[in-house]
Amino acid sequence: MRHAEQAVPSGSVLRYNFNERLTHWITAISYIYLLMTGLAFWSPWLFWLAVILGGGQVSRMLHPWVGLIFTVCVLMMFGMWAAQMHVDENDKNWFRSVGYYVRNEDEQMPPAGRYNAGQKSLFWGFVVCMVLLLLSGVVLWSPQYFPWHSLIAMRIAILVHASSALLTIGLFLLHVYMGVFAERGALDSMVHGDVSLHFVKRYHPGWYEEITGQTTSPKK
Amino acid sequence: MSQATLRVQKISGHAGSVPGKDAQREDTACKLIDTTTCIGCKACEVACMEWNDLPFGETVFDNTYQTMPETRWNYWNLILFNEHEKDDGSLMWLMRKNQCMHCAEPGCLAACPADGAIVQYTNGIVDFQQANCIGCGYCITGCPFDIPKMNPKTHRVFKCTLCSDRVSEGLEPACIKSCPTGCLHFGSKDDMKALAEKRAKQLREHYNFPQAGVYDPAGVGGTGVVYVLHDATKPELYGGLPADPHIPWSVRLWKGPLKWLGNAAMIGGLIGLAVHYLRFGPKEREETIKEPHEGAEP
Repeated sequence: MRHAEQAVPSGSVLRYNFNERLTHWITAISYIYLLMTGLAFWSPWLFWLAVILGGGQVSRMLHPWVGLIFTVCVLMMFGMWAAQMHVDENDKNWFRSVGYYVRNEDEQMPPAGRYNAGQKSLFWGFVVCMVLLLLSGVVLWSPQYFPWHSLIAMRIAILVHASSALLTIGLFLLHVYMGVFAERGALDSMVHGDVSLHFVKRYHPGWYEEITGQTTSPKK
Repeated sequence: MSQATLRVQKISGHAGSVPGKDAQREDTACKLIDTTTCIGCKACEVACMEWNDLPFGETVFDNTYQTMPETRWNYWNLILFNEHEKDDGSLMWLMRKNQCMHCAEPGCLAACPADGAIVQYTNGIVDFQQANCIGCGYCITGCPFDIPKMNPKTHRVFKCTLCSDRVSEGLEPACIKSCPTGCLHFGSKDDMKALAEKRAKQLREHYNFPQAGVYDPAGVGGTGVVYVLHDATKPELYGGLPADPHIPWSVRLWKGPLKWLGNAAMIGGLIGLAVHYLRFGPKEREETIKEPHEGAEP
Protein backbone atom coordinates (compact mmCIF):
# COMPACT_ATOMS: atom_id res chain seq x y z
CA MET A 1 0.00 0.00 0.00
CA ARG A 2 2.92 2.31 0.61
CA HIS A 3 4.59 1.67 -2.74
CA ALA A 4 3.56 5.12 -3.94
CA GLU A 5 3.85 3.64 -7.42
CA GLN A 6 0.89 5.55 -8.63
CA ALA A 7 0.48 9.29 -8.86
CA VAL A 8 -2.81 10.55 -7.51
CA PRO A 9 -4.43 13.96 -8.03
CA SER A 10 -3.76 16.51 -5.32
CA GLY A 11 -6.20 16.29 -2.48
CA SER A 12 -6.49 12.59 -3.07
CA VAL A 13 -4.95 9.53 -1.56
CA LEU A 14 -4.36 6.05 -2.98
CA ARG A 15 -6.78 3.53 -1.49
CA TYR A 16 -6.37 0.55 -3.80
CA ASN A 17 -3.21 -0.14 -5.76
CA PHE A 18 -3.20 -1.81 -9.17
CA ASN A 19 -2.89 -5.35 -7.81
CA GLU A 20 -5.80 -4.86 -5.47
CA ARG A 21 -7.98 -3.39 -8.19
CA LEU A 22 -7.12 -6.10 -10.70
CA THR A 23 -7.79 -8.86 -8.18
CA HIS A 24 -11.05 -7.22 -7.21
CA TRP A 25 -12.35 -7.07 -10.77
CA ILE A 26 -11.30 -10.62 -11.70
CA THR A 27 -13.12 -11.75 -8.56
CA ALA A 28 -16.13 -9.65 -9.52
CA ILE A 29 -16.36 -11.01 -13.07
CA SER A 30 -15.86 -14.61 -11.97
CA TYR A 31 -18.42 -14.13 -9.19
CA ILE A 32 -21.02 -12.75 -11.58
CA TYR A 33 -20.48 -15.71 -13.92
CA LEU A 34 -20.80 -18.11 -10.97
CA LEU A 35 -23.88 -16.27 -9.80
CA MET A 36 -25.60 -16.44 -13.18
CA THR A 37 -24.83 -20.10 -13.86
CA GLY A 38 -25.50 -21.00 -10.22
CA LEU A 39 -28.91 -19.31 -10.31
CA ALA A 40 -29.65 -21.22 -13.52
CA PHE A 41 -29.09 -24.48 -11.64
CA TRP A 42 -31.00 -23.13 -8.65
CA SER A 43 -34.35 -22.52 -10.32
CA PRO A 44 -35.96 -23.60 -13.61
CA TRP A 45 -37.30 -20.06 -13.90
CA LEU A 46 -33.72 -18.83 -14.22
CA PHE A 47 -32.40 -21.63 -16.46
CA TRP A 48 -32.40 -19.12 -19.34
CA LEU A 49 -29.30 -17.61 -17.70
CA ALA A 50 -27.42 -20.80 -18.60
CA VAL A 51 -28.89 -20.71 -22.09
CA ILE A 52 -27.60 -17.20 -22.81
CA LEU A 53 -24.19 -18.20 -21.42
CA GLY A 54 -23.79 -20.98 -23.98
CA GLY A 55 -26.18 -23.66 -22.74
CA GLY A 56 -26.58 -25.87 -19.70
CA GLN A 57 -23.75 -28.24 -20.56
CA VAL A 58 -21.20 -25.47 -21.11
CA SER A 59 -22.31 -23.73 -17.93
CA ARG A 60 -22.01 -26.93 -15.91
CA MET A 61 -18.57 -27.59 -17.36
CA LEU A 62 -17.18 -24.08 -16.78
CA HIS A 63 -18.82 -23.30 -13.41
CA PRO A 64 -16.28 -25.33 -11.36
CA TRP A 65 -13.28 -23.94 -13.25
CA VAL A 66 -14.45 -20.36 -12.83
CA GLY A 67 -15.04 -21.33 -9.20
CA LEU A 68 -11.34 -22.12 -8.95
CA ILE A 69 -10.45 -18.68 -10.37
CA PHE A 70 -12.78 -17.13 -7.80
CA THR A 71 -11.14 -19.19 -5.04
CA VAL A 72 -7.64 -18.10 -6.02
CA CYS A 73 -8.73 -14.44 -6.17
CA VAL A 74 -10.38 -14.57 -2.75
CA LEU A 75 -7.22 -16.18 -1.36
CA MET A 76 -5.18 -13.34 -2.85
CA MET A 77 -7.55 -10.82 -1.27
CA PHE A 78 -7.15 -12.66 1.98
CA GLY A 79 -3.39 -12.28 1.68
CA MET A 80 -3.66 -8.58 0.83
CA TRP A 81 -6.34 -7.48 3.25
CA ALA A 82 -6.72 -9.92 6.14
CA ALA A 83 -4.38 -7.92 8.36
CA GLN A 84 -6.47 -4.77 7.82
CA MET A 85 -9.70 -6.60 8.56
CA HIS A 86 -8.98 -7.37 12.19
CA VAL A 87 -12.21 -6.88 14.12
CA ASP A 88 -11.76 -4.75 17.26
CA GLU A 89 -13.89 -3.29 20.04
CA ASN A 90 -14.71 -0.26 17.91
CA ASP A 91 -16.31 -2.54 15.33
CA LYS A 92 -18.59 -4.06 17.94
CA ASN A 93 -19.72 -0.56 18.91
CA TRP A 94 -20.22 0.18 15.22
CA PHE A 95 -22.62 -2.74 14.92
CA ARG A 96 -24.46 -1.70 18.08
CA SER A 97 -25.30 1.63 16.45
CA VAL A 98 -25.76 0.25 12.90
CA GLY A 99 -29.30 1.70 12.87
CA TYR A 100 -27.84 5.20 12.50
CA TYR A 101 -25.71 3.98 9.62
CA VAL A 102 -28.76 2.56 7.85
CA ARG A 103 -30.54 5.92 8.25
CA ASN A 104 -27.47 7.76 6.89
CA GLU A 105 -26.90 9.46 10.26
CA ASP A 106 -23.21 8.63 10.11
CA GLU A 107 -22.21 11.42 12.49
CA GLN A 108 -23.76 9.32 15.28
CA MET A 109 -21.48 6.39 14.42
CA PRO A 110 -18.22 5.47 16.12
CA PRO A 111 -15.50 6.65 13.73
CA ALA A 112 -14.45 3.91 11.31
CA GLY A 113 -10.87 3.21 10.36
CA ARG A 114 -9.62 2.18 6.91
CA TYR A 115 -12.52 -0.26 6.80
CA ASN A 116 -15.69 -0.02 8.80
CA ALA A 117 -17.18 -2.98 10.61
CA GLY A 118 -19.63 -3.66 7.77
CA GLN A 119 -16.83 -3.87 5.24
CA LYS A 120 -14.87 -6.17 7.51
CA SER A 121 -17.90 -8.43 7.91
CA LEU A 122 -18.32 -8.54 4.15
CA PHE A 123 -14.71 -9.59 3.77
CA TRP A 124 -14.89 -12.36 6.36
CA GLY A 125 -18.29 -13.45 5.09
CA PHE A 126 -16.90 -13.93 1.61
CA VAL A 127 -13.81 -15.75 2.89
CA VAL A 128 -15.86 -18.20 4.97
CA CYS A 129 -18.40 -18.77 2.19
CA MET A 130 -15.59 -19.29 -0.32
CA VAL A 131 -14.17 -22.09 1.83
CA LEU A 132 -17.60 -23.71 2.19
CA LEU A 133 -18.32 -23.35 -1.52
CA LEU A 134 -14.94 -24.79 -2.42
CA LEU A 135 -15.28 -27.82 -0.15
CA SER A 136 -18.85 -28.61 -1.22
CA GLY A 137 -18.10 -27.74 -4.84
CA VAL A 138 -15.23 -30.20 -5.05
CA VAL A 139 -17.54 -32.97 -3.82
CA LEU A 140 -20.14 -32.06 -6.46
CA TRP A 141 -17.70 -31.47 -9.29
CA SER A 142 -16.95 -35.01 -10.42
CA PRO A 143 -18.07 -37.43 -7.76
CA GLN A 144 -17.40 -40.42 -9.98
CA TYR A 145 -13.67 -39.73 -9.78
CA PHE A 146 -13.44 -39.83 -6.01
CA PRO A 147 -12.76 -43.20 -4.42
CA TRP A 148 -14.84 -42.11 -1.44
CA HIS A 149 -17.78 -41.45 -3.73
CA SER A 150 -20.51 -41.12 -1.21
CA LEU A 151 -24.13 -40.22 -1.65
CA ILE A 152 -24.30 -38.76 1.85
CA ALA A 153 -21.39 -36.44 1.10
CA MET A 154 -23.06 -35.27 -2.10
CA ARG A 155 -26.41 -34.74 -0.42
CA ILE A 156 -24.83 -32.62 2.32
CA ALA A 157 -22.65 -30.79 -0.21
CA ILE A 158 -25.71 -29.70 -2.19
CA LEU A 159 -27.22 -28.11 0.91
CA VAL A 160 -23.95 -26.46 1.95
CA HIS A 161 -23.29 -25.19 -1.57
CA ALA A 162 -26.77 -23.69 -1.96
CA SER A 163 -26.87 -22.16 1.53
CA SER A 164 -23.44 -20.56 1.37
CA ALA A 165 -24.13 -19.33 -2.16
CA LEU A 166 -27.31 -17.65 -0.89
CA LEU A 167 -25.28 -15.98 1.86
CA THR A 168 -22.83 -14.60 -0.70
CA ILE A 169 -25.77 -13.27 -2.74
CA GLY A 170 -26.88 -11.28 0.30
CA LEU A 171 -23.34 -9.98 0.80
CA PHE A 172 -23.00 -9.26 -2.91
CA LEU A 173 -26.22 -7.23 -3.07
CA LEU A 174 -25.18 -5.16 -0.05
CA HIS A 175 -21.68 -4.70 -1.45
CA VAL A 176 -22.89 -3.48 -4.85
CA TYR A 177 -25.51 -1.26 -3.25
CA MET A 178 -23.04 0.36 -0.86
CA GLY A 179 -20.24 0.68 -3.39
CA VAL A 180 -22.24 1.91 -6.36
CA PHE A 181 -25.28 3.66 -4.94
CA ALA A 182 -24.90 4.59 -1.28
CA GLU A 183 -21.28 5.59 -0.89
CA ARG A 184 -20.45 7.82 -3.86
CA GLY A 185 -16.77 7.65 -4.65
CA ALA A 186 -16.30 4.05 -3.57
CA LEU A 187 -16.74 2.63 -7.07
CA ASP A 188 -14.33 5.24 -8.45
CA SER A 189 -11.75 4.22 -5.87
CA MET A 190 -11.91 0.64 -7.12
CA VAL A 191 -11.50 1.81 -10.72
CA HIS A 192 -8.91 4.59 -10.40
CA GLY A 193 -7.45 3.68 -7.05
CA ASP A 194 -7.66 7.05 -5.34
CA VAL A 195 -10.18 8.70 -3.08
CA SER A 196 -10.44 12.33 -2.12
CA LEU A 197 -9.42 13.33 1.36
CA HIS A 198 -12.96 14.54 1.75
CA PHE A 199 -14.11 10.96 1.14
CA VAL A 200 -11.60 9.65 3.66
CA LYS A 201 -12.72 12.13 6.27
CA ARG A 202 -16.39 11.47 5.56
CA TYR A 203 -16.35 7.67 5.62
CA HIS A 204 -13.13 6.65 7.38
CA PRO A 205 -12.27 9.27 10.01
CA GLY A 206 -9.93 6.88 11.78
CA TRP A 207 -7.94 6.36 8.62
CA TYR A 208 -7.94 10.15 8.01
CA GLU A 209 -6.28 10.68 11.36
CA GLU A 210 -3.79 7.96 10.54
CA ILE A 211 -2.65 9.47 7.23
CA THR A 212 -2.92 13.20 8.02
CA GLY A 213 -2.24 13.28 11.71
CA GLN A 214 -5.21 15.63 12.01
CA THR A 215 -8.12 14.78 14.21
CA THR A 216 -11.52 14.96 12.64
CA SER A 217 -14.27 16.87 14.34
CA PRO A 218 -15.13 14.84 17.42
CA LYS A 219 -18.40 13.02 17.76
CA LYS A 220 -21.08 15.28 19.16
CA MET B 1 -35.88 -41.88 -25.54
CA SER B 2 -39.07 -41.98 -27.56
CA GLN B 3 -41.09 -38.91 -26.79
CA ALA B 4 -42.64 -39.10 -30.26
CA THR B 5 -45.20 -41.67 -29.19
CA LEU B 6 -45.29 -41.21 -25.42
CA ARG B 7 -46.99 -38.32 -23.68
CA VAL B 8 -45.24 -36.56 -20.82
CA GLN B 9 -46.76 -35.76 -17.43
CA LYS B 10 -43.72 -34.46 -15.51
CA ILE B 11 -40.63 -32.59 -16.76
CA SER B 12 -37.49 -31.87 -14.77
CA GLY B 13 -36.20 -28.31 -14.34
CA HIS B 14 -39.20 -27.00 -16.21
CA ALA B 15 -40.69 -23.54 -15.69
CA GLY B 16 -44.42 -23.43 -16.28
CA SER B 17 -46.95 -26.06 -17.20
CA VAL B 18 -46.33 -29.39 -18.88
CA PRO B 19 -47.59 -29.34 -22.48
CA GLY B 20 -50.14 -32.05 -23.15
CA LYS B 21 -50.45 -33.05 -19.51
CA ASP B 22 -53.73 -34.84 -18.73
CA ALA B 23 -54.70 -34.74 -22.42
CA GLN B 24 -54.78 -38.52 -22.35
CA ARG B 25 -55.14 -41.05 -19.58
CA GLU B 26 -53.09 -44.18 -19.71
CA ASP B 27 -52.67 -47.24 -17.59
CA THR B 28 -49.53 -47.11 -15.49
CA ALA B 29 -46.96 -49.50 -16.89
CA CYS B 30 -45.62 -51.90 -14.31
CA LYS B 31 -43.02 -54.62 -14.08
CA LEU B 32 -43.59 -57.42 -11.60
CA ILE B 33 -40.52 -59.25 -10.29
CA ASP B 34 -41.20 -62.42 -8.33
CA THR B 35 -37.96 -62.96 -6.41
CA THR B 36 -39.20 -66.38 -5.26
CA THR B 37 -38.99 -67.86 -8.75
CA CYS B 38 -35.86 -66.05 -9.95
CA ILE B 39 -33.01 -68.52 -10.54
CA GLY B 40 -30.37 -65.83 -11.15
CA CYS B 41 -29.70 -66.89 -14.75
CA LYS B 42 -28.87 -63.32 -15.91
CA ALA B 43 -30.85 -63.64 -19.12
CA CYS B 44 -32.47 -60.27 -18.30
CA GLU B 45 -29.03 -58.67 -17.85
CA VAL B 46 -27.97 -59.87 -21.30
CA ALA B 47 -31.27 -58.92 -22.93
CA CYS B 48 -31.02 -55.42 -21.44
CA MET B 49 -27.54 -54.85 -22.82
CA GLU B 50 -28.47 -56.30 -26.17
CA TRP B 51 -31.67 -54.35 -26.73
CA ASN B 52 -30.25 -51.07 -25.45
CA ASP B 53 -27.00 -51.65 -27.34
CA LEU B 54 -24.86 -50.96 -24.28
CA PRO B 55 -21.08 -51.37 -24.55
CA PHE B 56 -19.91 -54.25 -22.40
CA GLY B 57 -17.61 -53.56 -19.47
CA GLU B 58 -15.59 -55.80 -17.21
CA THR B 59 -17.43 -57.95 -14.72
CA VAL B 60 -16.27 -58.31 -11.12
CA PHE B 61 -16.11 -61.78 -9.62
CA ASP B 62 -16.59 -61.74 -5.85
CA ASN B 63 -17.26 -65.43 -5.18
CA THR B 64 -21.01 -64.98 -5.56
CA TYR B 65 -23.49 -65.29 -8.37
CA GLN B 66 -23.48 -61.54 -8.91
CA THR B 67 -22.08 -59.99 -12.09
CA MET B 68 -20.70 -56.80 -10.53
CA PRO B 69 -21.09 -54.84 -7.28
CA GLU B 70 -23.67 -52.33 -8.54
CA THR B 71 -25.40 -51.09 -11.68
CA ARG B 72 -23.34 -48.89 -14.00
CA TRP B 73 -24.07 -46.20 -16.54
CA ASN B 74 -23.86 -48.95 -19.17
CA TYR B 75 -25.27 -51.80 -17.06
CA TRP B 76 -28.82 -50.96 -16.06
CA ASN B 77 -30.07 -54.34 -14.93
CA LEU B 78 -28.25 -56.33 -12.26
CA ILE B 79 -29.34 -59.36 -10.27
CA LEU B 80 -28.19 -58.86 -6.70
CA PHE B 81 -27.26 -62.02 -4.85
CA ASN B 82 -27.38 -62.65 -1.12
CA GLU B 83 -26.71 -65.93 0.69
CA HIS B 84 -29.03 -65.51 3.63
CA GLU B 85 -28.77 -67.62 6.75
CA LYS B 86 -32.18 -68.19 8.27
CA ASP B 87 -32.87 -68.41 12.01
CA ASP B 88 -32.78 -72.23 11.89
CA GLY B 89 -29.31 -72.14 10.32
CA SER B 90 -30.42 -73.20 6.87
CA LEU B 91 -29.38 -71.16 3.84
CA MET B 92 -31.40 -69.30 1.27
CA TRP B 93 -30.21 -67.73 -1.95
CA LEU B 94 -31.97 -64.44 -2.45
CA MET B 95 -31.89 -63.05 -5.97
CA ARG B 96 -33.25 -59.62 -6.78
CA LYS B 97 -33.21 -58.08 -10.21
CA ASN B 98 -32.19 -54.48 -9.50
CA GLN B 99 -32.92 -51.59 -11.88
CA CYS B 100 -34.71 -48.26 -11.89
CA MET B 101 -37.93 -48.51 -9.88
CA HIS B 102 -39.76 -45.86 -11.94
CA CYS B 103 -41.13 -44.10 -8.85
CA ALA B 104 -44.44 -42.26 -9.13
CA GLU B 105 -42.69 -39.39 -7.32
CA PRO B 106 -39.17 -39.59 -8.73
CA GLY B 107 -36.41 -38.06 -6.61
CA CYS B 108 -34.12 -37.82 -9.64
CA LEU B 109 -36.65 -35.66 -11.47
CA ALA B 110 -37.20 -33.47 -8.41
CA ALA B 111 -33.46 -32.84 -8.04
CA CYS B 112 -32.72 -32.25 -11.75
CA PRO B 113 -32.12 -28.59 -12.75
CA ALA B 114 -31.95 -29.15 -16.52
CA ASP B 115 -35.13 -28.49 -18.47
CA GLY B 116 -36.42 -31.74 -19.95
CA ALA B 117 -33.44 -33.91 -18.97
CA ILE B 118 -35.77 -36.21 -17.03
CA VAL B 119 -39.39 -36.82 -17.98
CA GLN B 120 -42.15 -38.98 -16.66
CA TYR B 121 -44.56 -40.26 -19.28
CA THR B 122 -48.27 -40.61 -18.63
CA ASN B 123 -47.71 -44.37 -18.37
CA GLY B 124 -45.41 -43.71 -15.39
CA ILE B 125 -42.07 -44.51 -17.05
CA VAL B 126 -39.30 -42.19 -15.83
CA ASP B 127 -36.91 -41.57 -18.71
CA PHE B 128 -33.64 -39.64 -19.03
CA GLN B 129 -33.18 -37.47 -22.12
CA GLN B 130 -29.41 -37.38 -22.43
CA ALA B 131 -29.54 -34.60 -25.04
CA ASN B 132 -30.82 -32.26 -22.33
CA CYS B 133 -28.66 -33.63 -19.50
CA ILE B 134 -26.01 -31.19 -18.28
CA GLY B 135 -24.08 -33.75 -16.23
CA CYS B 136 -24.44 -32.13 -12.81
CA GLY B 137 -25.21 -35.43 -11.08
CA TYR B 138 -27.98 -33.97 -8.91
CA CYS B 139 -30.32 -36.82 -9.95
CA ILE B 140 -27.85 -39.23 -8.34
CA THR B 141 -28.37 -37.50 -5.00
CA GLY B 142 -32.16 -37.55 -5.40
CA CYS B 143 -32.52 -41.29 -5.95
CA PRO B 144 -33.29 -43.38 -2.85
CA PHE B 145 -32.26 -46.54 -4.74
CA ASP B 146 -28.83 -45.33 -6.00
CA ILE B 147 -29.71 -46.08 -9.63
CA PRO B 148 -28.63 -43.21 -11.95
CA LYS B 149 -24.97 -43.45 -12.96
CA MET B 150 -22.81 -40.97 -14.83
CA ASN B 151 -20.72 -41.78 -17.85
CA PRO B 152 -17.43 -40.18 -16.83
CA LYS B 153 -16.44 -39.52 -20.46
CA THR B 154 -19.59 -37.86 -21.75
CA HIS B 155 -20.83 -36.52 -18.40
CA ARG B 156 -24.34 -37.76 -19.09
CA VAL B 157 -26.37 -39.88 -16.72
CA PHE B 158 -27.99 -43.15 -17.72
CA LYS B 159 -30.35 -45.71 -16.23
CA CYS B 160 -33.04 -48.25 -17.14
CA THR B 161 -35.69 -46.77 -19.45
CA LEU B 162 -38.18 -49.59 -18.81
CA CYS B 163 -37.60 -50.02 -22.55
CA SER B 164 -39.82 -47.00 -23.20
CA ASP B 165 -39.08 -47.40 -26.90
CA ARG B 166 -40.47 -50.96 -26.87
CA VAL B 167 -43.38 -50.10 -24.58
CA SER B 168 -44.44 -47.22 -26.83
CA GLU B 169 -44.75 -49.78 -29.65
CA GLY B 170 -46.81 -52.16 -27.56
CA LEU B 171 -43.96 -54.53 -26.70
CA GLU B 172 -42.84 -55.68 -23.27
CA PRO B 173 -39.41 -54.60 -21.96
CA ALA B 174 -36.49 -56.74 -23.15
CA CYS B 175 -35.82 -58.22 -19.70
CA ILE B 176 -39.41 -59.48 -19.48
CA LYS B 177 -39.18 -61.13 -22.89
CA SER B 178 -36.02 -63.01 -21.96
CA CYS B 179 -37.06 -64.43 -18.57
CA PRO B 180 -37.16 -68.24 -18.73
CA THR B 181 -38.89 -68.94 -15.42
CA GLY B 182 -41.75 -66.49 -15.77
CA CYS B 183 -40.71 -64.60 -12.66
CA LEU B 184 -40.99 -61.35 -14.65
CA HIS B 185 -44.33 -60.00 -15.75
CA PHE B 186 -45.34 -56.77 -17.44
CA GLY B 187 -48.70 -55.05 -17.64
CA SER B 188 -50.80 -52.38 -16.01
CA LYS B 189 -50.05 -51.48 -12.41
CA ASP B 190 -53.48 -52.70 -11.28
CA ASP B 191 -53.07 -56.07 -12.98
CA MET B 192 -49.53 -56.54 -11.72
CA LYS B 193 -50.49 -55.62 -8.16
CA ALA B 194 -53.34 -58.13 -8.28
CA LEU B 195 -51.06 -60.83 -9.65
CA ALA B 196 -48.39 -60.03 -7.04
CA GLU B 197 -50.88 -60.19 -4.17
CA LYS B 198 -52.19 -63.50 -5.46
CA ARG B 199 -48.66 -64.92 -5.58
CA ALA B 200 -47.85 -63.58 -2.09
CA LYS B 201 -51.01 -65.18 -0.74
CA GLN B 202 -50.02 -68.47 -2.34
CA LEU B 203 -46.56 -68.22 -0.73
CA ARG B 204 -48.06 -67.51 2.68
CA GLU B 205 -50.70 -70.25 2.53
CA HIS B 206 -48.98 -73.04 0.63
CA TYR B 207 -45.20 -72.53 0.70
CA ASN B 208 -44.49 -71.80 4.34
CA PHE B 209 -43.47 -68.16 3.84
CA PRO B 210 -45.79 -66.50 6.36
CA GLN B 211 -44.13 -63.09 5.85
CA ALA B 212 -44.39 -63.15 2.06
CA GLY B 213 -45.67 -59.91 0.58
CA VAL B 214 -45.50 -57.27 -2.13
CA TYR B 215 -43.00 -54.40 -2.25
CA ASP B 216 -44.56 -51.21 -3.62
CA PRO B 217 -43.21 -48.49 -1.33
CA ALA B 218 -45.65 -45.66 -0.56
CA GLY B 219 -42.84 -43.26 0.41
CA VAL B 220 -42.11 -42.55 -3.25
CA GLY B 221 -45.77 -42.71 -4.30
CA GLY B 222 -45.50 -46.35 -5.31
CA THR B 223 -43.18 -47.73 -7.97
CA GLY B 224 -43.46 -48.91 -11.55
CA VAL B 225 -41.53 -52.00 -10.50
CA VAL B 226 -43.06 -54.19 -7.79
CA TYR B 227 -41.46 -57.15 -6.08
CA VAL B 228 -42.85 -60.28 -4.50
CA LEU B 229 -40.57 -61.08 -1.55
CA HIS B 230 -40.41 -64.23 0.60
CA ASP B 231 -40.17 -61.94 3.60
CA ALA B 232 -41.64 -58.52 2.94
CA THR B 233 -40.75 -57.39 6.47
CA LYS B 234 -37.03 -57.52 5.66
CA PRO B 235 -36.52 -56.05 2.18
CA GLU B 236 -32.94 -55.07 3.17
CA LEU B 237 -31.94 -58.72 2.81
CA TYR B 238 -32.46 -58.42 -0.93
CA GLY B 239 -29.34 -56.47 -1.77
CA GLY B 240 -30.23 -53.55 0.49
CA LEU B 241 -33.70 -52.80 -0.82
CA PRO B 242 -34.77 -49.87 1.43
CA ALA B 243 -37.70 -50.69 3.72
CA ASP B 244 -39.21 -47.22 3.52
CA PRO B 245 -37.62 -45.23 0.68
CA HIS B 246 -38.22 -41.49 0.44
CA ILE B 247 -36.71 -38.69 -1.58
CA PRO B 248 -33.70 -37.89 0.68
CA TRP B 249 -34.40 -35.26 3.35
CA SER B 250 -31.54 -33.11 2.08
CA VAL B 251 -33.08 -32.93 -1.40
CA ARG B 252 -36.51 -32.17 0.05
CA LEU B 253 -35.02 -29.45 2.27
CA TRP B 254 -33.09 -28.01 -0.68
CA LYS B 255 -36.01 -28.06 -3.13
CA GLY B 256 -38.55 -27.05 -0.45
CA PRO B 257 -37.95 -24.65 2.47
CA LEU B 258 -34.43 -23.58 1.42
CA LYS B 259 -35.65 -22.69 -2.06
CA TRP B 260 -38.56 -20.59 -0.86
CA LEU B 261 -36.50 -18.97 1.87
CA GLY B 262 -33.71 -18.20 -0.58
CA ASN B 263 -36.05 -16.81 -3.23
CA ALA B 264 -37.88 -14.67 -0.67
CA ALA B 265 -34.56 -13.37 0.68
CA MET B 266 -33.19 -12.55 -2.77
CA ILE B 267 -36.32 -10.79 -4.00
CA GLY B 268 -36.92 -9.17 -0.60
CA GLY B 269 -33.30 -7.99 -0.52
CA LEU B 270 -33.55 -6.34 -3.93
CA ILE B 271 -36.82 -4.64 -3.04
CA GLY B 272 -35.44 -3.62 0.36
CA LEU B 273 -32.37 -1.98 -1.17
CA ALA B 274 -34.47 -0.13 -3.75
CA VAL B 275 -36.82 1.14 -1.04
CA HIS B 276 -33.85 2.14 1.13
CA TYR B 277 -32.43 4.15 -1.76
CA LEU B 278 -35.73 5.94 -2.31
CA ARG B 279 -36.15 6.66 1.40
CA PHE B 280 -32.59 7.56 2.43
CA GLY B 281 -30.68 7.94 -0.83
CA PRO B 282 -26.91 8.02 -1.06
CA LYS B 283 -24.92 8.90 2.02
CA GLU B 284 -23.62 11.98 0.26
CA ARG B 285 -24.61 13.50 -3.07
CA GLU B 286 -22.00 13.81 -5.78
CA GLU B 287 -22.26 17.60 -6.02
CA THR B 288 -21.31 17.86 -2.35
CA ILE B 289 -18.26 15.68 -2.88
CA LYS B 290 -17.06 17.75 -5.82
CA GLU B 291 -17.07 20.96 -3.81
CA PRO B 292 -13.58 22.11 -3.04
CA HIS B 293 -12.81 20.67 0.33
CA GLU B 294 -11.57 22.90 3.06
CA GLY B 295 -7.98 22.61 4.16
CA ALA B 296 -6.98 20.11 1.50
CA GLU B 297 -3.71 18.32 1.88
CA PRO B 298 -0.81 19.23 -0.44
